[in-house]
Amino acid sequence: MDFLSYLPFDLPHPALLLAGVLEGTVLAAVLALTALGLSIVFGIMRVVNVAHGEFYMLGAVLAWFVTTWVAAVTGGPPWLGFAVALVIAPLVVGAIAAATDWLVLKRLNYDPEATIVATIGILYIIQQLALTFYGPYARPVEAPFDFRVATPYFGYSGYKLVVVGAAIALMLVVWLVLTRTRIGLVMRATQYDRETAQAFGIPVDKVYAGVFALGAGLAAIGAVLIVPIRQADYLMGGDPLLLSFIVVILGGLGSLRGTLVAALFIGLADGLISTIYDATLAKILATLLVAMVLVFRPQGLFGARAA
Amino acid sequence: MAADEITRGTNRRTLLKGAAAIGAVAAGSQLLPGAARFAQAQSSAPIKVGFQVHRTGIGAAYGRWYDRTTKAAAKLINENGGINGRPVEIIAEDDGTDPKRGAEVIEKFANKHECDVAFGTLFSHVVIGSAPRAGELKLPYFVVSEGHHVASGMLNRYTLQPGITDVKSQVQSMAPWVADNLGKKVTMIYPDFAFGHDHRDYFSEAIERQGGNVIAKIAVPPRETSFFKYLPKIPKDTEVLYHVMVGPGVLTFVKEMGEYFGDDRPEIFGFIDSLEAVDIASPGLEFLEGSHFWEGYPRYAGPNQSEHDKFYRAAVGVDDNGASLSDPKDISTYAHMFGCWETLHILKAGMEAADYKGPKDRQALIEAVENMDVFPESQAHPQGSKLFNGRTHQAFAHQHISKVEGGKLVPVHKTSIFDTYYEDEVDYTKMSF
Repeated sequence: MDFLSYLPFDLPHPALLLAGVLEGTVLAAVLALTALGLSIVFGIMRVVNVAHGEFYMLGAVLAWFVTTWVAAVTGGPPWLGFAVALVIAPLVVGAIAAATDWLVLKRLNYDPEATIVATIGILYIIQQLALTFYGPYARPVEAPFDFRVATPYFGYSGYKLVVVGAAIALMLVVWLVLTRTRIGLVMRATQYDRETAQAFGIPVDKVYAGVFALGAGLAAIGAVLIVPIRQADYLMGGDPLLLSFIVVILGGLGSLRGTLVAALFIGLADGLISTIYDATLAKILATLLVAMVLVFRPQGLFGARAA
Repeated sequence: MAADEITRGTNRRTLLKGAAAIGAVAAGSQLLPGAARFAQAQSSAPIKVGFQVHRTGIGAAYGRWYDRTTKAAAKLINENGGINGRPVEIIAEDDGTDPKRGAEVIEKFANKHECDVAFGTLFSHVVIGSAPRAGELKLPYFVVSEGHHVASGMLNRYTLQPGITDVKSQVQSMAPWVADNLGKKVTMIYPDFAFGHDHRDYFSEAIERQGGNVIAKIAVPPRETSFFKYLPKIPKDTEVLYHVMVGPGVLTFVKEMGEYFGDDRPEIFGFIDSLEAVDIASPGLEFLEGSHFWEGYPRYAGPNQSEHDKFYRAAVGVDDNGASLSDPKDISTYAHMFGCWETLHILKAGMEAADYKGPKDRQALIEAVENMDVFPESQAHPQGSKLFNGRTHQAFAHQHISKVEGGKLVPVHKTSIFDTYYEDEVDYTKMSF
């Protein structure tokens, strides 16, 4: 390793590198799941959903309600409440999203500018409702199980590693649904050409409601997975929204492959930069990168140029 | 029915007499009736205390308990005859734990609610954002904030902190004990805003005076939700890890610290801020056993509990474990919230000393408080006796160090008040109003 001493800079300590990679991977996994929802909604519906972060927050808050309720009613172990939350939270959030689509977005004819303003309004409505009914406090949800993984330098939460695995599995499922099932085919047809799809008898309204629900549900699942690590509070939707936008713009709006690659890149970069240098620097660089991409490659790294 | 008739009759008669009287004097002066009504109202009208409170934002847990403590203190004061015979009315406004909103709330107190004084809030950035506006509006502003910004001279003559010690006092009284009992090579983790910077600057100075030094300073943004990434920056030769954290993520912070260290941890010295409103016996905090905390006021009622503490706990609704009487999972911010109780009692004493009648006596109120020097331990000061320095507008008090034993905090050391004293950095009494 002597040759390393000739480098013009000090290599970071391996403990820092390892911690950065681990934290980055966890962030990337959850981010991919959240950004995927945003990306699918934009890709198929051409709606920029500014309220996406609030669906994420709702997932976490519902997880708290469900786990608390299950623990109070059954007195069961933490994993039972968590498992119930993992099913109920995305379903409820998806239903709320479908209702939002029917009540608001559909009436605006999915006009791109109008839906941006409308989803900003929805963001505040959801946030203030959460403040009213859940309160301003951060509340913990107990992890379904916890074990400590010892590395040579420090210990790490085993649950966080499970979260990575769960996120990968979920993304595989989404990919299979979109590419291998009839529902996925219908969705892709709607994305490709809305009017023709309608002419061929595809119930575009229902597809849109379903897609919006799917996008919100993915954010909610991401939140349920993360809440034992982070706690639930009514303002937690801001950061994931910003990061999801960064990921989706970077990867190319509507490109699922781009979203995944960008999530991995942003997650790892954030983990490494904030561990080795500074958390604020990581955010600055990510935002700068987005600005550069918008200037030099506005369609994103994997996006197709608009015709 | 008969009684009603009489009352109605009396009212009508009184009204007629009043009208006649007004008619008589109104000929002489248009102003007099108005002035007479005001004087009458003043004698019984409530004293309005604008209460700036963190209902939302990162300070919400503190706000909940500051609110309960303030209400309990106001109730007690009113039961005992109020201030100068007038009832106290608490007018609460949410500052969102946000400096800009804080300044707006101060304006509302002065202009909309016509409060006599403003009072309350904790987070240093809110106080620093609000105090200049209070000074401009000439509204006395009694803060319960802990920051050194009052005594440092950064603020103004209208801002006072008589009910709680500041961070500079707290950390300099901790440093000798930390150096003697835990170690001299210290790594600090603190939130990256005024409050955390006070910890960083004054503890570093204080531990150096003890022959120790701070080998790493790790600043964490106050809205951070994930803390693991900061922990690998702790140097391996750290003897004492000094942590102080605020905001909604505190429990996550301490849990991640436990995952990081496991059984192989340095000595840990924390400010209870890192676990205010959080149960020490929460899952994941077992590793804290044997570690130490600063406490402004011990959360658990020990065998030496004073009668004043007993009274105060019952009045606010806190059990012997520092939790709400109605919900044992609702943990208080016991180390800080006593400041609201004590400050309201000082406000009462100050207004009575100044014979406070209305906003024109605000300067007299401030001068009366500036003239105070000792607050003996009492029902009004359950945390213990305090010295008050009128020149710097800052109180000094005993501090406590507790050890985590069996998932509870057990006091092991109590500093003297003089351990917290430092030389004046400002003389507000020389500033004009």
